[in-house]
Amino acid sequence: MGEIKLMKGNEALAEAIIRAGTDGYFGYPITPQSEVLEYLMASKPWETTGMVVLQAESEVASINMLYGGGGSGKKVVTSSSSPGISLMQEGLSYIAGAEIPILIVNVVRGGPGLGDIQPAQSDYFQSTKGGGHGDYRLIVLAPSSVQEMADFVPVAYDLAFKYRNPAMILSDGAIGQMMEKVEFFEPVPRLSDKEVKARYSWATNGKLKNGERRILTSLDLDPQKLEDHNHHLQEKYREIEEKEVRYEELQCDDAEYVLVAYGTSARVSLKAVKLLRDKGIKVGLLRPITLWPFPTKTIQNMVEQGVKGFLSVEMSAGQMVEDVRLAVNGKVKVEHFGRLGGVIHSPEEVVEALEQKIIGE
Amino acid sequence: MTEEIIIAGFGGQGVLSMGKILAYSGIMQDQEVSWMPSYGPEMRGGTANVTVIVSDERISSPILRAYDTAIILNQQSMDKFEPEVKPGGTLLYDPNGISRQPSRKDINIFKVEGAKKAAEMGNTKIFNMIVLGAYLKIKPIVKLENVIKGLKKSLPERHHKLIPLNEDAINLGMKSVEVVQKV
Repeated sequence: MGEIKLMKGNEALAEAIIRAGTDGYFGYPITPQSEVLEYLMASKPWETTGMVVLQAESEVASINMLYGGGGSGKKVVTSSSSPGISLMQEGLSYIAGAEIPILIVNVVRGGPGLGDIQPAQSDYFQSTKGGGHGDYRLIVLAPSSVQEMADFVPVAYDLAFKYRNPAMILSDGAIGQMMEKVEFFEPVPRLSDKEVKARYSWATNGKLKNGERRILTSLDLDPQKLEDHNHHLQEKYREIEEKEVRYEELQCDDAEYVLVAYGTSARVSLKAVKLLRDKGIKVGLLRPITLWPFPTKTIQNMVEQGVKGFLSVEMSAGQMVEDVRLAVNGKVKVEHFGRLGGVIHSPEEVVEALEQKIIGE
Repeated sequence: MTEEIIIAGFGGQGVLSMGKILAYSGIMQDQEVSWMPSYGPEMRGGTANVTVIVSDERISSPILRAYDTAIILNQQSMDKFEPEVKPGGTLLYDPNGISRQPSRKDINIFKVEGAKKAAEMGNTKIFNMIVLGAYLKIKPIVKLENVIKGLKKSLPERHHKLIPLNEDAINLGMKSVEVVQKV
């Protein structure tokens, strides 16, 4: 750990990308995440670590550059905001099908369509339930501070390579644009070609010694083989659900009611917890850090321990609330509260929503 | 100690950089800080504002709708943020460009002739530092020495020669602040 800096979330992410030993960044500018590409270009990592930074001709090109780079065992990343991420969904489905580890960052803005450039959380479904076609999952991490924008980069890479699966950092315009203190991890060197070959037997970086070719594809016209491949993917996803759930519980020990929120909403909700506690209402905050895999068991345990109701606070029309409801399975009340289209709810609005929707009746 | 501040005015007045210097000053004395700007297509020449929080504790919401202090530098911001000052809180404004005086009776109100003083000093760019000085006189949440350290951190090296001028402006702001109303 080194010097403490004051940085925007997007800048912290970009610095962490360089420090994490990334081989290549491929992206296309879009507000509110353009600082990522700007910071990388200004830092010129190609002169220090040899990392490639390339402004692609489009988001479709970026994601397919990741398909190629990741397929050869390189550490590659792209970042964008909602409309750009939608353009990448076809490539993402191919990458998930071919089991290629990559990192994709979405600094979410208001939608649908071109929407606006203000912070939103309305890409939860797209991130956690698929987005592209076919049965696949992304490992999704949701930072709620500038520090986590930096810290989650190496975590996401580790998970991506451990499971040969695309990982996503799902942020939002507020976390991307705000400045906070950040302290960086020590830089990790990039792997040499030799190290990549030794470490990743699947990577397409040359024929094997016996002349056999390595092939990465998402195409298999034999339905039986494709079913087997899908079963293999599903087994992998079950293992990730078993082992990789991350979350933070704040003041949940004696809580009668729990707010469930991630990213910017978690920050707003933590303030709401303070306001509610000041009124004598026992409220806690559950902050999922992995949105997929979702902390289902944690919620089930809370229900068993007597939590009387959950309010899912999201800057969306209610997306994560469905996962909270699945976990609770009808045993207690679950409602959603959130502002839409790039408007951020205030702590006071969250307080009012809990009182009216959960405690009220 | 937690101080939740909104600084609001026109783009180009140095609203965002004033907030940044305040945040850096907080870091220099080991406090937690957050700096959340308004951003959007309206920024050039339009309204600009930034929420700054300086605290001894982990900061929860960087987005607020009730502030300990509002620093207001144009009429639109007066209309928008005067109602959002917490009862017993503080409002500091520059009367230049304000057509309607603040009317709340339950808050402390101060004014500083920042634009006028900056013009007198012959450098309109140090306007924001005069206002910052006025604020720090009312609420000395960060020490002046830490503000100077913060300035060194946030300004590129080539601008470090301007730090004494900024310090003068902060001191001028401290001297120039006037009490309008105390509760």
